[in-house]
Amino acid sequence: MPDDRELGGSDASDQLLTNMFPGQAATDEMVLSRETEALESDDILVTKPLGFLFWMAIGWLGLVFLLAVFANLLPLPNPDFQNYSAINATPNIHHLLGTDDLGRDLLSRLIFGARVSLIVGFASVAIGTIVGGTLGLISGFKGGSLDISLNAASFVLLAFPAIVAVIAIVAFWGSSLLKITIIIGVGTIPLMFRVVRASSLSFANRDFVIAARTMGATTPRILFREILPNVVPVAVTFGLITVAGVIVLEGSLAFLGLSVPPPTPSWGNMISEGTANGNLSINPYIMLWPAAAMFLLLLSINLIGDRLRQRFDIREGLL
Amino acid sequence: MIGRRGPQNGKRALEFPDVGESDEPLLVVENLHTSFRTGRGTVHAVDGVSLTVAAGTTLGIVGESGSGKTVLARSIMGLLPVRDVIKSGTVHFAGHDLTAMEPDQLREIWGAELSMIFQDPMTALNPVKRIGIQITESLRLHLDMDRKEADATAVELLRSVGIPSPEQRVRWYPFQLSGGMRQRVMIAIALACAPRLVMADEPTTGLDVTVQAQILDLLGKLQRERHMAVILVTHDLGVVADRADEIVVMYAGRVVERAPTRTLFAETHMPYTRALVESIPRLADPSGTRLQAIPGRPPDLIHPPKGCRFAPRCAFAQDKCRESDPPLRTAGSPDHLFACWFPLVHGTSTAPSASASASASGDTTIDPGPVVQSP
Amino acid sequence: MTKYFIKRFLQLVVVAFIISVLVFLLVHLLPGDPSVTILGPNDTAHNRAILFKQLGLNKPLLQQYTTWLNAVFHGNLGQSYLNHESVTHIVATGAPIDIELIVISQVIAFAVAIPLALITSRRPNRAFDNVSTTTTFGLLALPPFVIAPIMVAVFAVSLHWFPATGYVPLTQDPATNLHDMILPSLAITAGSIAVYYRLLRSDLISTLQEDFITMARSKGLSNRRIMLRHAFRPSTFSLLAAAGVNIGALLAGTFIVEYLFALSGLGYSLVQAVQQRDYLVVQGISLVVAIAYVVLQFIIDFLFTVVDPRVVRE
Repeated sequence: MPDDRELGGSDASDQLLTNMFPGQAATDEMVLSRETEALESDDILVTKPLGFLFWMAIGWLGLVFLLAVFANLLPLPNPDFQNYSAINATPNIHHLLGTDDLGRDLLSRLIFGARVSLIVGFASVAIGTIVGGTLGLISGFKGGSLDISLNAASFVLLAFPAIVAVIAIVAFWGSSLLKITIIIGVGTIPLMFRVVRASSLSFANRDFVIAARTMGATTPRILFREILPNVVPVAVTFGLITVAGVIVLEGSLAFLGLSVPPPTPSWGNMISEGTANGNLSINPYIMLWPAAAMFLLLLSINLIGDRLRQRFDIREGLL
Repeated sequence: MIGRRGPQNGKRALEFPDVGESDEPLLVVENLHTSFRTGRGTVHAVDGVSLTVAAGTTLGIVGESGSGKTVLARSIMGLLPVRDVIKSGTVHFAGHDLTAMEPDQLREIWGAELSMIFQDPMTALNPVKRIGIQITESLRLHLDMDRKEADATAVELLRSVGIPSPEQRVRWYPFQLSGGMRQRVMIAIALACAPRLVMADEPTTGLDVTVQAQILDLLGKLQRERHMAVILVTHDLGVVADRADEIVVMYAGRVVERAPTRTLFAETHMPYTRALVESIPRLADPSGTRLQAIPGRPPDLIHPPKGCRFAPRCAFAQDKCRESDPPLRTAGSPDHLFACWFPLVHGTSTAPSASASASASGDTTIDPGPVVQSP
Repeated sequence: MTKYFIKRFLQLVVVAFIISVLVFLLVHLLPGDPSVTILGPNDTAHNRAILFKQLGLNKPLLQQYTTWLNAVFHGNLGQSYLNHESVTHIVATGAPIDIELIVISQVIAFAVAIPLALITSRRPNRAFDNVSTTTTFGLLALPPFVIAPIMVAVFAVSLHWFPATGYVPLTQDPATNLHDMILPSLAITAGSIAVYYRLLRSDLISTLQEDFITMARSKGLSNRRIMLRHAFRPSTFSLLAAAGVNIGALLAGTFIVEYLFALSGLGYSLVQAVQQRDYLVVQGISLVVAIAYVVLQFIIDFLFTVVDPRVVRE
């Protein structure tokens, strides 16, 4: 990756570069900020460009979104249609990604399957962020017994083996897309609660909040005008990373056959089907395409989340 | 005897002739430049600094924050990062050119012959290591002591810097000590291997006023006992007034005045130095006397002003000052250097039209300040 | 110090107890019961009543819970409703598999992540660092259900290096056991490597900017000693916390690889038991997992005090 801060490449400087203690590379900022107070601090903190990979990730995520939304309009065969004359077809002009062991078009299944990952991923985290985030915002700001009890409850819930709860609930309530989304969404509430609470707590005692309070601002006004804008970047960044986690969880459930019931395609159950019945040796494409799509989707979401984290200067350890 | 030079074994590649007796100064810095590359441009933090330090003497480096004094201290030692740092000029220490040394050779000198005391003892001591180990690791590295000998020496060092019951304290962590105690520990670490030169970067800035004098007195006492040279970097001219043999005043990365301490106070030539002198509170002043603050801020070191860098803040600045850069020159005594087109003489500016404004400030004679201790 | 640990331990015991109650309530209160699986076609109201009486499921919930807890304190976790296998036996045969999977994967994860972070944090944003950091993003995007099938396809199906399934206890045949366990362990390692590497790297980079590192340099210490003796320990907080969360999640979270590689570990046994409403198996395994979680957090807490002596004081 090109680095515009790189020193010139003469042999002597290269020699020094490799020999000198390198951990100090980052300390120049420190020395600088201490020694050149005359400079505006904004000028010293050079914002790192988001970078090529970031836009690639945005591009992939956008593409998957568009394909999933407009899947019905695309000239694709029905993802559940079993074409017995084309079983286990390798990629060809009629089936761009080939077909599975039941003769279903893999491209079509892949695109329709993306809906499950995206809907479960983003919608359930939206539930968690709205409910958990609101509770966390208020709890962290207000403190007191409300905060203590909510915090203790979230700790217990996070220590609880979540998979037991999810599977038990799915087993009796059912595993439609909506239900899976709600179940997982409720599961992310304690997670988002903790993150937003910690962030809200850290801002509650900052000078600007105290200043607003002494000037007689009401609690809702402080929460929405002063604290919320500062908490949102943390919630968005952490939420995005949670989306990746939720997509993994849904995929794991689908892999065990506990998510959306067949024949509805999802990437998790496609990977599972590709692994079963000796398909791995007969037709590895069944497993390969959804695995690759899942890999790229998770990679993109993680990359975007990480760049946002850097941009908002949120410490990695917090997440 | 503590902190004595241990048995030198064959591992040590560099020879250190005892220059204490010769006329050659211990440290000679010539035309040192240090710049940082930043996203906004190159910051010229140190811009052509030359100075010398004789063995066993004290040099004070004084300047506001942002004057480049800390970068200068670290540049002299060679402690700055290499990446994004451009350095030129030479630093000769005990006959060796530090700027030409390999990192391995520098590491032999660091801590052993040339050591450093940092500003903030809370952040400069490793928070998760016992103070004993932080002292003994340089003893074992440089003086090849075994564990037992190093432990005993560490206790003696702590005792010599005035830490009560050092036998117990060696097992303490920095957070268990007060700020003053921590700074004493840092001095013990810096002095552990009996270096010839100690670089003290604002050693008392982070401490209570009452503790500051104790620490400086301790440093002076140990310096005399060990015939050690000290570079005392500070923003407070008052700190070095009765402790330094010579003072270098820095402004915007440059030396603007340099003279033996007594001369500097008696014959201040540079308006900036006078401004610093006036910012020292004096007991003799009637109560209610306002301290003189220097208006404005130090210049942007990426785009320094044309001409004299202090001109924008100088009460006596003339057109010439704003157009051309004054060289560092002498007048009268050869060891008194200053960079000013219109130096003050007996507190009065020699600038053509400035006499009026100078007398308006009502201060035409410079108080020589506290009596300078003879070395 | 002792007081801190006692307090912490009691907190964790309370958490374990609450979890066991919650698991109990969850499986009993949710609709669905073991009769469907046990009785099959004979699932009539009459047969169900008889069955419930046999299993003690007709008694009040509180009584069922205290009966179970009392038995647990006497070392009896009960038995499966379905095949009458003792829960203690299920745990005793399953736990070693989980422990082995977790130990192998975590040893590999630390062995890769720590040296890598120590190397790259010294030269951040240089070529090697960029490659490593980008690669770990890739690892982060490889959950077990994605990477395990790929590994099976490549290493077992195509190359025949490792068996796709099979398990021989470690005590019976260590060589075969390790050989069989490598693929499943690796499948759960990828994410751990990525998380540990990234956290340690970023903490090391900020530690290396501290004054005490410049101080250590000014003593003339070697880079190696500075990295290992001065920078590493204060940089391990996030790493430790993450290890606690991560290993905690693996405690019952290895079910994907256990399912795929046909290993009868606790994770997949638990998943199956929940589906079949095999109450005592669910409660037994959950309890063991909760206790393991508590012990793990306790160890992590202890390690915090080892890493930083200031922790206990606060």
